Amino acid sequence: MRVRVEQTALPGIGVRHDLMTESGRRLGVVSHRNGRRDLVLYDPEDPDSCQHDIPLTDDEAEALADILGASLMLGQLSGLREQAAGLLTEQIAIPAGSKYVNKRLGDTKARARTSASIVAVLRQGTVNVSPDPTFRFEAGDVVVVVGTRQGLDGVTAILAETDPDV
Amino acid sequence: MHETTILLIEVGALLLLLGLLGRLSRRFGVSPIPLYLLAGLAFGHGGLLPLNASEEFFAVGAEIGVILLLVMLGLEYSANELVGNLRSAAPAGLIDAVLNALPGFGFALLLGWGWVAAVVLAGVTWVSSSGVIAKVLGDLGRVGNRETPVILSVLVIEDLAMALYLPLVTALLAGVGLMKGGIALAIAVFTVVVVLAVAIRYGHLISAALSAKDPEALLLGVLGLTLLIAGVAAKLQVSAAVGAFLVGIALSGPVAHHATELLSPLRDLFAAVFFVFFGLVTNPLDMPPVLLPALLLAVVTMATKVATGYLAARRVGIAEPGRWRTGLALTPRGEFSIVIAGLAVSALYPVDPKLAALATAYVLITVVTGPLLARLPDTQWFKQWLRTRAAAAARTPAPLPAPTGD
Repeated sequence: MRVRVEQTALPGIGVRHDLMTESGRRLGVVSHRNGRRDLVLYDPEDPDSCQHDIPLTDDEAEALADILGASLMLGQLSGLREQAAGLLTEQIAIPAGSKYVNKRLGDTKARARTSASIVAVLRQGTVNVSPDPTFRFEAGDVVVVVGTRQGLDGVTAILAETDPDV
Repeated sequence: MHETTILLIEVGALLLLLGLLGRLSRRFGVSPIPLYLLAGLAFGHGGLLPLNASEEFFAVGAEIGVILLLVMLGLEYSANELVGNLRSAAPAGLIDAVLNALPGFGFALLLGWGWVAAVVLAGVTWVSSSGVIAKVLGDLGRVGNRETPVILSVLVIEDLAMALYLPLVTALLAGVGLMKGGIALAIAVFTVVVVLAVAIRYGHLISAALSAKDPEALLLGVLGLTLLIAGVAAKLQVSAAVGAFLVGIALSGPVAHHATELLSPLRDLFAAVFFVFFGLVTNPLDMPPVLLPALLLAVVTMATKVATGYLAARRVGIAEPGRWRTGLALTPRGEFSIVIAGLAVSALYPVDPKLAALATAYVLITVVTGPLLARLPDTQWFKQWLRTRAAAAARTPAPLPAPTGD
């Protein structure tokens, strides 16, 4: 499952990461030292040469990473859904006013109270898979929860601005 | 007062002309260096319209131009990149030195210019232009290519080698003989090693002393430090250019990044002045007799550069087309060759005056044809030629056949 990513230093320019896909295409990212980054696609006929060189702004790169990360996540979750009927997944955002901002995941006691599990937290384009109980939330985090309908609603209520049980 | 007025008019007119020439060259997608050289030839000694009042200004400006070219070169690399790269790239650098310095060396001896001129010409034919090549790679969208690190590491080795070569040449040209030349070289080696070591270990401290937050203070600080160190280096006969290069290497992180942005326009200005000045002090009448030798030398050394790149890329397992791209991208010579020839021109005991003319003609030829040659591997017929070659190689068993592409 792990993909081998090659890292190459480009003296005076920055660094390049590239990988070979299963379909035989090579693609990479050139990170320039001045903060610019390029997505590069290599020529299948001449694997040393890049066919396309697409400059990405910070926002574009983040958006692309989000799309790739999120679609992967959803793909895995939908696979899970097929295995266990009746189990639902939901993405719940933590509002800035929630009392669990800056609190640990364990403090919510979400699993004990709702029997739904927090399986991942999305934060600024990065995915924290299986966060442990010491994981600290920040405003704007999106938690991915797996559970029954009732359980999911329970977690939503806990993370909302006013925790019903406290 | 009158002198100053004429100086302003001359400098202004020439800079304006350079601006127009620069724009023209960009329209055709070529380096402006050859046009600057030609402009200098036209307005210098024995040219169409000699400028007299501004010569001193251009002489000082040219000096600053070299220093800025070198400090910017140093800023591009971090000390870690230079040293980390050294072991893996050393064989390629060695091939490069042997294949490209020797033709220049032999050529000068053949022309009977003496061995000091031979050492100078060896340097002129050896070093590719990092500036031109980096730009060509960017323009052709090849920064991500897998052979690009090979090209860059050859350039890094060349630049680092220059830090040892320039002091040697400076000493030789000062007429101090082998003994003192050896001492100058030893001082240079010692300085370079110390600066690299300090830059790797304490680079962040030096950079911290120059805050990246205040642009004005940073600009003055970096420029002042560079000129100061360059001057001290020149006093020690280690060559001002090397001093500047080392300052560039010692700076790192955000300071280096911001200094690059701040110094770029200054570099562009003074580098243009430098190229013009080189043309100014070269007599165009010296050019015609050396044109043919320069052309011959250019053809030979472009071939050896292609061979260098080809071999260096093959070492790291790049396929056939990439090897050609590496070799052809390395062909242009430019600012560094002119820096070396400039040293010879301004030397205490000038070598054969034809050397400057030859170097000018040589750089004119390579800096124009080099970027065009770099485009060659992208053309259809070149790819076709490679395919035919690969097909032929496939019939007769050969190691590492290139991908056929069909």
